[in-house]
Amino acid sequence: MANYQSLDIVRRSASTEVSPGIRNGTEMEVAKLIDVSRCIGCKACQSACEQWNDLRDDIGHHVGVYDNPLDLTAKSWTLMRFTEYENPKGDLEFLIRKDGCMHCADPGCLKACPSPGAIVQYANGIVDFVEENCIGCGYCVKGCPFNIPRYAQDDRKAYKCTLCNDRVSVGQEPACVKTCPTGAIMFGSKGAMIEHANGRVEDLQSRGFEGAGLYDPQGVGGTHVMYVLHHADQPELYAGLPKDPHISPVVQAWKGGLKIFGLASFALATIGSFIHYVTKGPNEVSSEEEEEARDEIAASKQRRTVSREVRL
Amino acid sequence: MSLHEPDAPVLRRYTAFLRINHWIAAACFIMLTLSGLAMFSPALFWLSALFGGGQPTRAIHPWIGVVLFVSYALLCVRFLGSNLPNRDDVAWSRRIVDVINNRDENLPELGKYNPGQKLVFWSQTLLIPVLLVTGLVIWDWYFYGYTTIQTKRVAVLVHSLAAILAITVIIVHIYAGIWVKGTMRAMTRGTVTAGWAYRHHRKWFRQSLAGQPPTAEPPRAGGD
Ligand code: HEM
Ligand code: SF4
Repeated sequence: MANYQSLDIVRRSASTEVSPGIRNGTEMEVAKLIDVSRCIGCKACQSACEQWNDLRDDIGHHVGVYDNPLDLTAKSWTLMRFTEYENPKGDLEFLIRKDGCMHCADPGCLKACPSPGAIVQYANGIVDFVEENCIGCGYCVKGCPFNIPRYAQDDRKAYKCTLCNDRVSVGQEPACVKTCPTGAIMFGSKGAMIEHANGRVEDLQSRGFEGAGLYDPQGVGGTHVMYVLHHADQPELYAGLPKDPHISPVVQAWKGGLKIFGLASFALATIGSFIHYVTKGPNEVSSEEEEEARDEIAASKQRRTVSREVRL
Repeated sequence: MSLHEPDAPVLRRYTAFLRINHWIAAACFIMLTLSGLAMFSPALFWLSALFGGGQPTRAIHPWIGVVLFVSYALLCVRFLGSNLPNRDDVAWSRRIVDVINNRDENLPELGKYNPGQKLVFWSQTLLIPVLLVTGLVIWDWYFYGYTTIQTKRVAVLVHSLAAILAITVIIVHIYAGIWVKGTMRAMTRGTVTAGWAYRHHRKWFRQSLAGQPPTAEPPRAGGD
């Protein structure tokens, strides 16, 4: 969903060129704040997302839970995940989390992507897939610590939430924010959202949710989609939201040390071979060896003739 | 050509079938290297132009891999018998300095392959199946649903590592063909000169003369 000005790009996947830096530091970082404690699970945001982005997911199957569809898909970029949690007091809590791309400051998808410019990060913090450049390798899926990008089976490209970059770039809030009837989804500058969240956390704590807090995980450099959680000390309760997400060390090794090791290995083998040839020269058969070989062949022929005669 | 041609006695080393199959494997390997490296490093993404762009590169790479695997499996079966390690290999390896300095006269007499050639054989015999298995795990078009994301992460790391090792071995393998003169014709024409066999693989030379093939490959050295 590319809808950008190149001046806004601060990072571009698989690119060796430097991104335009003239504006760096002056553009406002945005954030979407999802106050889980105010969500009623109506899925209006899901509908708004489909409607604004012109996506119509396939009709699925009801399997006896509220989650619908059951998982994110290439056409469902956001999804309410419902968890029934029995707290230590024995009360039932219905935890509802709006899942979708977190727009990491250090995006694993962008790090993993091998195609130049298929994933970009804007100065405002939005991480966007530029599908026209997507080659469909699925590396972003391996890079993401939140299991967000989905590989489409029809056009073999990866999709995820754009944070309504097209709306944000013309001064509007994302469609899900606009539609939320309880005001559980908010949008603004990252600073303002943190400030607002702090007020909400205080309120929740005063009402007995001691573990309440803001979810803005630093393992990925912070995110541009944040949650207010009543149990920020146990984010896993919310359908497996990771406690300390970070780009997998396997991905780090693959995209870091291995590249250097690989290129060094090829260079060493090639240069080493070349130097060997230049210093030691080719390994050639001498004329004496050809001669000796010929003698042995002659001798062996003779032996064979003799043995054939003996057999006769 | 056969042995009783007075000017250039040659020994048959590879059948036409084996030679063609070797070149199929070589062509596949080079295409896999070029298409794989396009995805391996941003600095090499331009290699994808050779395959018509990023998407075609991503799409065709695994298929070439499957062809390589089949081709190599056939090569492997034919080569296996002559690549078993033996005592001569130890003695040869101890004299690696003589090998590097082209002093073949100081080296032990060898059968069809030297330890360097055997190392190439065993490296690829190990690495190509690893590349196949890890490649299938990350072939999302067909097999996305069969493994977890964590498994795919490990698979892509191992795939890249195995590819790096395999490509490095192939660079040395190609160089050996350039360095040791008279080797290339074994794979282009199927024969080597008697002097070449005498210098580099004397035991195999004599076995061929005696008509006792060390491998399943019928020697046609007798010329009659
Ligand atoms: C034997 C069967 C093989 C299969 C099924 C296979 C499959 C794959 C797949 C599915 C990918 C991910 C990109 C894509 O979807 O096209 C990939 C990447 C790659 N392959 Fe293979 N491959 C095989 C053999 C090889 C060989 C022989 C080499 C080179 C010696 C190689 C080198 C690479 C490299 C360098 C990458 C990029 C890895 C990275 O991005 O770090 N592959 N392969
Ligand atoms: S949540 Fe996943 S898809 Fe979204 S920016 Fe982070 S790594 Fe990329």
